[in-house]
Amino acid sequence: MSELTPDLVRHLASLARIQVTDAEVDRFTEQLALIVDSVAIVNKAVEGDVPATSHPIPMENVFREDVVEPSLTQEQALSGAPDSAQGRFKVNAILDEE
Amino acid sequence: MAKDELMNYEQALEKFEVVIGLEVHVELNTKTKMFCGCRNDFGDEPNTNVCPICIGLPGSLPAVNKRAVESSIAIGLALGCQIAPTGRFARKNYFYPDLAKNFQTSQYDEPIAFEGALDVEVPSGNKFTVNIERAHMEEDAGKLTHIGGSTGRIQGAEYSLVDYNRAGVPLVEIVTKPVYGAGAEAPELAAAYVRSIREIVRALGVSEARMERGNVRCDANVSLRPHGEAKLGTRTETKNVNSLRSIERAVRYEIQRQAAILAKGGKITQETRHWHEDRGLTSAGRPKSDTDDYRFFPEPDLVPVKPSHELIESIRASLPENPADRRKRLQAEWAFADLEFRDVVNAGLMDQIEETIAAGAKPQAARKWWTGELARLANADGKDVADLEVSPAHIAELANLVESGKINDRIGRDVLVAVLAGEGAPADIVSSKGLEVVSDDGALLAAIDEALASQPDVIDAIREGRMQAAGAVIGAVMKAMKGQADAARVRELLIQRASE
Amino acid sequence: MNEIIKKNASELVDLMASGELSATEITKAHLDRIAEINGTINSYLHVTSEAALAVAADVDRRRAAGEKLPLLAGVPIAVKDNLTTTDAPTTSGSKILEGWIPQYDATVVTKLRNELMPILGKTNLDEFAMGSSTEFSAFGPSRNPWDIERIPGGSGGGSSSAVASYSAPLAIGSDTGGSIRFPAAVTGTVGHKPTYGAISRYGLIALASSLDQIGPVSRNVLDAALLQDVIAGHDPHDSTSLPESLGSMAEAARNGSVKGMRFGVIKQLSGEGFQPGVKKRFDETLALLTANGAEIVEVDCPSFEYAIAAYYLILPAEASSNLAKFDSVRFGMRVNPGENATIERVMAATREAGFGPEVKRRIILGTYALSSGSYDKYYGAAQKVRTLIQRDFEAAFAKADVLISPTAPTTAFKFGEKVDDPLAMYLNDVATIPANLAGTPGIAIPNGLADEDGLPSGVQLLAPARADARLYKVAAALEALHEAGWGKRMMDFAPELKVGA
Ligand SMILES: [Mg+2]
Ligand SMILES: [Zn+2]
Repeated sequence: MSELTPDLVRHLASLARIQVTDAEVDRFTEQLALIVDSVAIVNKAVEGDVPATSHPIPMENVFREDVVEPSLTQEQALSGAPDSAQGRFKVNAILDEE
Repeated sequence: MAKDELMNYEQALEKFEVVIGLEVHVELNTKTKMFCGCRNDFGDEPNTNVCPICIGLPGSLPAVNKRAVESSIAIGLALGCQIAPTGRFARKNYFYPDLAKNFQTSQYDEPIAFEGALDVEVPSGNKFTVNIERAHMEEDAGKLTHIGGSTGRIQGAEYSLVDYNRAGVPLVEIVTKPVYGAGAEAPELAAAYVRSIREIVRALGVSEARMERGNVRCDANVSLRPHGEAKLGTRTETKNVNSLRSIERAVRYEIQRQAAILAKGGKITQETRHWHEDRGLTSAGRPKSDTDDYRFFPEPDLVPVKPSHELIESIRASLPENPADRRKRLQAEWAFADLEFRDVVNAGLMDQIEETIAAGAKPQAARKWWTGELARLANADGKDVADLEVSPAHIAELANLVESGKINDRIGRDVLVAVLAGEGAPADIVSSKGLEVVSDDGALLAAIDEALASQPDVIDAIREGRMQAAGAVIGAVMKAMKGQADAARVRELLIQRASE
Repeated sequence: MNEIIKKNASELVDLMASGELSATEITKAHLDRIAEINGTINSYLHVTSEAALAVAADVDRRRAAGEKLPLLAGVPIAVKDNLTTTDAPTTSGSKILEGWIPQYDATVVTKLRNELMPILGKTNLDEFAMGSSTEFSAFGPSRNPWDIERIPGGSGGGSSSAVASYSAPLAIGSDTGGSIRFPAAVTGTVGHKPTYGAISRYGLIALASSLDQIGPVSRNVLDAALLQDVIAGHDPHDSTSLPESLGSMAEAARNGSVKGMRFGVIKQLSGEGFQPGVKKRFDETLALLTANGAEIVEVDCPSFEYAIAAYYLILPAEASSNLAKFDSVRFGMRVNPGENATIERVMAATREAGFGPEVKRRIILGTYALSSGSYDKYYGAAQKVRTLIQRDFEAAFAKADVLISPTAPTTAFKFGEKVDDPLAMYLNDVATIPANLAGTPGIAIPNGLADEDGLPSGVQLLAPARADARLYKVAAALEALHEAGWGKRMMDFAPELKVGA
């Protein structure tokens, strides 16, 4: 049986900032449970001491010199924004934390 | 906001052992941001130092600022840390509108520097070793402004505005291990530690380190446990306490608040708290909960940082003198008494005084100006003296104007106020306002005669040796000269008159 | 049909050089074709006629003035709509980005502009490249020109169908788990996923950063090689882009040869369980190679068994983080769920409305794979599987110069067949995913028609990291052998496309 429960799906959706309906929670729970069960086999593959690969082609020390490059203009920066005011991006109130 | 119950401080320390932990964020003074070529300057017009990378446009990718890495290594070395043979960036995932990508590119289990220690002296002269767990690189967030509501605070705001000029500014976060054993001096130790960090990064030249501008920010963790208890108590994390004084006060407040709760058998909530300088208290912020699941994972858009032995050693070789050694040297050079020097150190004024002396002031004069009048003015303004907008060169100039008798001490203080108000260099202020001491004996004698005319019996009194009577005449002369006279010279001339 | 659009890119280059065709005529012919069929086939989400014609006119003017032009100047191209363009909306197939005009060009787009290639428009894809059929595009699926009731592959079905339907000679694709190669297989075209880092990802709307790679889409191997030579190279904006050049792909393609080459047939991908017609053509190709002096060896890659599982953990994990920026603040859609809604609720409502079901599924899965308590078991374990897969490749390449497999288990399937069955959909990528996990290059070329349905099947060639040129050399030779056997090009088998209401 899968560890994917509707409550967990709801929690994950909230971490991912996606509003979900009850119907979606049910559907995702069912579908994701199947997927999770099938991908869980990765655990079987890696018994023993195997290093993780996060970059497929190993590289290191790639740096940029500390040299100023042109920025966008304020107008360009804001050009795609749904809302702006006073040269800034405008968003609804934030109430969950001071 | 309900008022917290506080336990008397001494009583709290009798009952509990204090454990603190400090997280200090240092903003680096690189020319460009951590991951893009935008100018590292967030005082500019909003959203003008931004690009597709630092506003997180789809498709953009970060590129690491080499100078920021070198500065981070320098900080690590100066804090006695080991430098990681392999450092890696990681994503810290959480949603907040000041975070352009909704993840912060930071470091997680492979920080650039780890396992260091810093010796810190508190005002009493006691010394503590603060062990450092790690120093890691990360990027700053943008700036939110809350509009509407009463006070510009987040509560009651109608909407918020975001400026991403600060987004992506390079930070080094320095995290201590739990600090035990400071006892009643834990608050002082916290402040002294942050002061030392500030002193070090300033000496390294990697940060402006101005707390009032947010170049150095401190989160203070405090927990209490009964003496003899092995298990750590639940901690609170007081956020962004932005002056040394506030750090001390906030830690002290948390000790007293937590002690009151624990003594009653209550439980401490693990949470972030906010320090309110105006009211002198902390208030509860967001509770730490399982929603704080940052889902760290290695940043796939960046490759590991593997500083070579040669790079590390060349940075180590170029480190400036250790601040503690430097202190010893400077005290000897300046011939300051222990107490004088400690005052200088505690006020964080060594650099300023050193620069003032280098600019031509005598050591004692430099010390007196900084620890005296400047400290007083800063205090009256609720600022840290180290953060006043005044250059050591100006103070040297001012000290020498007084030293040479061009102005007197009192006028000097007025000139200082004008300098702080941005009116220019001391000598210019003195000449443009005509503040030079009146050195023309003829003018002084004329003023003396005029004063004596209305107080004729003073001259007799002086002749009879009742010198206190001279005060009234000297006062009148000083007043007539608008304070721009050397009182000692006036006195000399008055005695001379009396003996005629 | 205008004969111009049937020409390969290399042929167009010659025709322009000889003065037989102008860039304007070529561009116009393709724009006409798009106007004629795009309503049916839906390859393009946005057509940039004016900009394309302006570039073509510029090429013609410069040529007339005797200027030395870049090799592919005047050859039109289609660009997958997950690459940013300052002169056209960039949607990544998602409603959440509908109408967004980026403030910068992707590095690859800049290179196309510098090459003076007229960009015809932006091609359709599964939303954020999550899918194998384009059925997850928010703007409707693209259709397979071989049979418009069937999928053109995905996620790059817009690019594959554009090239297969002659509405572009070349296209740009991106391949995270097969999104260039699978569409190539089911449309009878060519697609190459280069070595990770060979081409800059700057301006590619990220799906899974450590797997994504941009590559060429075309109707023959030489054209793909010519295009790769234009778009490849180190980019300081992409820290993972390779510092070194991998050499000229065109030169490799022009010197095609299989003689003396060892072809490794991967035990785990040798055709068992694949559609019979796909398997039959694959076996014939092995025989053809042997007959032409190649050696066939069997290689064992036991960890490939875990490739799909590892992929469907790593991809959603990275995607969940990459797609967090779609929050309604700086660009894209905003949905306000009501008066006085906090920004938190605005973000959640926007992402609910703006993302399609597959995107949401994968974001939630990826969030799970990274969350505390699950990381080691899922994401961490998957990254270890990657190491095992790399080791398998290493061992295989000790025995073989290139590896060979069918590109996909089946030919093009019908719309709706797999759309509600994520696991079935994921299986299309079984042969292509290992190369993404290992960062190694892979090319897909046509492999004849499957007997049972008369639809194209594909063959995939894999090489070690940085050996892209080897793939072009072998693929060009195999293509030539195929065409010699068929007596025509793969696309010449395609039925005429019926367009209409
Ligand atoms: Mg931090
Ligand atoms: Zn920037």
